Amino acid sequence: MKTKIQGALVFSIAALFLAFLLVAGGCGGEKGLTIKSGVLMMGSDTTYPPFENMEGGKAVGFDVDLATEIAKRMGLKLEVVPTAWDGIIPGLKTGKFDILMSAMTITPERAKEINFSDPYIDSDQSICVKKGSPIKDEDDLKGKVVGVQIDTTGQFTAEKMEGLKEISKFDTILLAFEALEQGKIDAIINDYPVNAYMSKIRGKTEVVKEIKTDEKYGIGVKKGNEKLLQEINEALREIKADGTYDKIFQKWFGQPS
Amino acid sequence: MPYLLKGLLMTIRLALVSEACILAFGLIVALLRISRIRIFRAAAAVYIDVIRGMPLILQIVIIYFGLGHLGIGLSKFAAGVLALTICYAAYEAEIFRAGILSIHKGQMEAARSLGMGYFKAMRYIILPQAIRRVIPPLSNEFIALLKDTSLVSVIALSEVFQRGRELMGTKANVTPLVGVAICYLIVTIPLMRLVQRTEKWLSRGD
Repeated sequence: MKTKIQGALVFSIAALFLAFLLVAGGCGGEKGLTIKSGVLMMGSDTTYPPFENMEGGKAVGFDVDLATEIAKRMGLKLEVVPTAWDGIIPGLKTGKFDILMSAMTITPERAKEINFSDPYIDSDQSICVKKGSPIKDEDDLKGKVVGVQIDTTGQFTAEKMEGLKEISKFDTILLAFEALEQGKIDAIINDYPVNAYMSKIRGKTEVVKEIKTDEKYGIGVKKGNEKLLQEINEALREIKADGTYDKIFQKWFGQPS
Repeated sequence: MPYLLKGLLMTIRLALVSEACILAFGLIVALLRISRIRIFRAAAAVYIDVIRGMPLILQIVIIYFGLGHLGIGLSKFAAGVLALTICYAAYEAEIFRAGILSIHKGQMEAARSLGMGYFKAMRYIILPQAIRRVIPPLSNEFIALLKDTSLVSVIALSEVFQRGRELMGTKANVTPLVGVAICYLIVTIPLMRLVQRTEKWLSRGD
């Protein structure tokens, strides 16, 4: 009996050890420009069309196309790492991926934690409502429930408004749209291109007001990795200069940039 | 921190309201599960298996958004309570059942031979003893429930975990999560101690 128990103990310790090795194995590697040599890993909350979302198990979108192009010019292969939005900055800081590209607005708070590339697109806020709703602008939102994605500039914009009944913070903007279409919330405040795109493809909502906030998206790079940041900015400049940027913009937004 | 503490109050409210519903519903399911009527037994068994075989987070989303599609609009809080109740009642029903079955069947026979009906015997003889035995496991379930309320953040209920994640975003670092951990621990650790004490106290009589 005793040997049986001992055997089981040895076995479980061995199994634990093996599991540890398997997990730890993924973390090693030499220190180069990127975490995995030859690959540019991009952390992205892939629930945000048309910037990034999953289609048939593959990440697609404006950010993905732009990043693919940047990686190509750096001689690297792009690998998208789908990541939850609220864990995306910690993910970058702890080296889960090389760059963060997820329709992220450059804000002073975020810039304290990570470095941003040059801005690559402008994006203002907007109010989106169910078709036929009486809400037309900010004033109509008084006493209403507004949905946002947690930790976004949409949330920060809503928090500056006075008289809102409640701000419902969803993990993804897709859940917020689900709630809006079901009448669980009265409006969504979110990036204009996304609100417009979601309304177009789902057809039950409309954007009624654009709110100018002068927001610009940037690519996040871990602090201290200045060389990578520099190469990304160079690639970005090239892409803008030779017309590739316009092509990608046209593809996703149906109009010239 | 005050922002987190307000979230903690929501967490506790959610756990307490749910627990009340869970205890009532769980006991009913347990009684159905051991009922002499076959269809009741089967229905309870199916319910327990189906619910225990699914992740809680899925049940929460189904109840909030799924019922919404069917035209049943529940508030976030109501949907949270309903999902937690449906899920935890399945587990607690099994605990109740184990407790009831652990009472020697001679007790029921003796009560019946004194002229008590089935329900009367259950109410006055079996359940008081059974419940005493299941208090420790039920208390542990309550602690688990308290932690699992964090899953309700998926439908945008502003409880302590969600508030922590929100601060994590605005401050763009992870220190608020330490605050969230402390919030849970200041509730769960005393609870765990309390469960240990009750366990000791209850076993004195045995």
